Amino acid sequence: MGGATPVDDEASLIAQLRAGDESAYEQVVRTYGGRLLAVTRRIVGSEEDARDIVQDAFLNAFKSVDRFEGNSKLSTWLHRIAVNAALMKLRTRKRKPEQSIESLLPAFLDDGHHEERFKSWEEPVDIAMERAETRQLVRAKIDELPDGYRTVLVLRDIEGLDTEETANMLGLSVNATKIRLHRARQALRTLLAPHLGTSPAAGEAAS
Amino acid sequence: MKCRELAEFLMDYVSGELPEENRSHFELHLERCRNCREYLVQYEGCVKAGRIACGATSDELPADVPEDLVKAVLAARKLEPSS
Repeated sequence: MGGATPVDDEASLIAQLRAGDESAYEQVVRTYGGRLLAVTRRIVGSEEDARDIVQDAFLNAFKSVDRFEGNSKLSTWLHRIAVNAALMKLRTRKRKPEQSIESLLPAFLDDGHHEERFKSWEEPVDIAMERAETRQLVRAKIDELPDGYRTVLVLRDIEGLDTEETANMLGLSVNATKIRLHRARQALRTLLAPHLGTSPAAGEAAS
Repeated sequence: MKCRELAEFLMDYVSGELPEENRSHFELHLERCRNCREYLVQYEGCVKAGRIACGATSDELPADVPEDLVKAVLAARKLEPSS
C-alpha cells in the first residue's frame, strides 16, 4: 500500500491531511473511494463520469480540508461533495426530457380499489437479498428509474439524507421531494414485484 | 378510506408521520383489505431491498479502489497549487 501508515483516528487523519501528508491522502482515497464511486455511478449512470466526478471531489476536498469543520464525519463531508458534483453533472447533461413515471405507479378503478391484485410474497425480502443475482437485479431496476426520481431515492433511502437536505441538494421543495420519493418507491415496487416474492427453486417447482 | 388514499398515505405511515386521525382510518382499511396489506409489505420490502443492494456493505463495492483512480488523484493533487 505504498507505505501508507494506518490511521484509526479521524481527527489525526484530518490533521495529517492539513499538514499535506501524502500517505493520508492515499488512505482517504482508498478508504472512501469505493463507496463514492458507487453512489456517483448510481446518480449519473456512467462509470467514466463517476470516476471523473470522484477524482474531482477528492481534489476539491483536499483543497478545502482547512474549511472542514469536523461537525460532520469525514465520510459524510466527502459524500456531500461527490453527490453535489454528480447532481451538477446530471443537470448539465439533461439529454432527454424527463421520462414519465406514471406507467409505473399503481392504477385504481373508479371506485378507488387497486386495479391489480397483488400476489402475496412467499419469500421474505431478507432471504431473497441473500442471492447476489437478486441484489444485482435490484440495482439494475433502480438504475431504470427516471433521473429525477432515482436521485431522490438514492439520496433518501440509500445515502440516508433527510428530506430537507435532499430537497436543498436537488433544489426542490420539501413537499415535492416527499412526493418524488414516494413515487420512486412505488415505481421500484412495480419493477421488482415480478421478480421478488418467490425463490427460484419454488418458481421451478410451480412451473 | 379507499385503497387509492391508502396508497397516498403509505409513505407517511411507514415513517410514522401519519397524523393520528388518518392513521386510525388507515389501519382500519388495512385490517379489512388483504390487497393493501400485501402492497404495504411489498412497498416496505422494496425500500429495504434497495438499501441492501446499494448500501454501505453492498457487494457492488469493489474491495479495492481501482488502482488507476488512486494514482490519478494523487498525481493530480501534486499538480494543484498547494493551499
